[in-house]
Amino acid sequence: MADAKDERRPAGELEATVMAALWAAGDPQTPGEVQLSLGTGLARTTVTTILTRLHDKGVVDRRRQGRGYAYFPVQDAQGLTARRMHTELDRDADRETVLARFVAQLSADDERVLRDLLEP
Amino acid sequence: MIALLLLPLVLPFALRSPARRALERLTPVAALWLLTGSAVIAAGCSLAALGVFVLTGLLRLPLFAALGELVHPLRTSANGLVVPAAVVSAGALAGCAWSLTRWALRQSRALRDARAQAGCGPAAGDLCVVESAHPDAYALPGRPHRIVVTTGMLRSLDAAEREALFAHERAHNAGGHHYFLAAAELAARCHPALRPVRDAIRLAAERAADEAAARVVGDRRLIARAIARAALAGQSARAARPDFVPGATTGPVPQRVKALLATPHVTHRAAACGLAALLIACATVSFAASATGMVDVHHRVEVAQGEEAG
Repeated sequence: MADAKDERRPAGELEATVMAALWAAGDPQTPGEVQLSLGTGLARTTVTTILTRLHDKGVVDRRRQGRGYAYFPVQDAQGLTARRMHTELDRDADRETVLARFVAQLSADDERVLRDLLEP
Repeated sequence: MIALLLLPLVLPFALRSPARRALERLTPVAALWLLTGSAVIAAGCSLAALGVFVLTGLLRLPLFAALGELVHPLRTSANGLVVPAAVVSAGALAGCAWSLTRWALRQSRALRDARAQAGCGPAAGDLCVVESAHPDAYALPGRPHRIVVTTGMLRSLDAAEREALFAHERAHNAGGHHYFLAAAELAARCHPALRPVRDAIRLAAERAADEAAARVVGDRRLIARAIARAALAGQSARAARPDFVPGATTGPVPQRVKALLATPHVTHRAAACGLAALLIACATVSFAASATGMVDVHHRVEVAQGEEAG
């Protein structure tokens, strides 16, 4: 069962999953909404526990919504520094040699081939 | 002697063709180990050969001959070639040293910046989120290992594709792929003929992470879709940028997607063993030639020192 598999994953991985869902959503999310957007077998209580833990760590903030809370990622002042640094890193073509990036830059041909491959 | 020491300098050219075919015949992990191992040995042996040429040339100079306690002139085969070979080798070694130093400095700066960036962003588990519209993600080795993903990337993918991305980056960290990538880059900077081998090693590391991620999420198509979506999203974000570099051939991303969409290939044992043997043979010949060359030079130096009879 998918539920059992997801519940058994290490706590750090579940936190990453939930955090990614909050960032991807862009607006405050209730535990129910997070559970729905993940579409996996995570129980709602598990999602709530993880959100509470992230809140305790100070990486997400929350506001009252109905009888519960809606959670959103903390966008701190340091975010701006990070963004600037990312631009710096991006400029350095050599970075890929040690930092394995998920995807490399595509050529025009690559783009066409990929679009063809993605066609169902 | 000269001919023997030239062998390690030309053998890296022989590695190029098997390196290109390695991923067709070997599993990504086997290809990663074999390619990196043979590239590092080939690079090390060519450096050693250059070093011996320089040393032989230096011992021709009275000052160094005195320092080496030579009582007779150093006798070598092809005497006329010793000085030109030493000059060219010294130039090549200096070029290598310059390139390696510059690369090491840039890499350590990039790693420091990346660590600082990951340290100040909001973290959850091993995930560090960087606020940036440009879709990007990479594995950041360290203690603990982390994965850095931009908000642009998180928003380009759906929940299942994000899990595929995380599994891929975690596989890079778990497999210690940064060591392979660094070794490949060092080898390519020692001998320019190893550049295609370095590219093959990079692709092997990505393929190894893709296959590991496919095992974790249990869906090859999902990994393929995540890679393609992420690459296309990055492309549209870059479209306006002036530094677009068009590639002549199909790049690594479509190759990875194709490999994932194809049924997992059943490797023909004979073909796989043949290719592995070829790579190992190249490395062995390279090592044997440079070792024999060095032993020979050592013997000639001892003769010149009057310790052994010529």
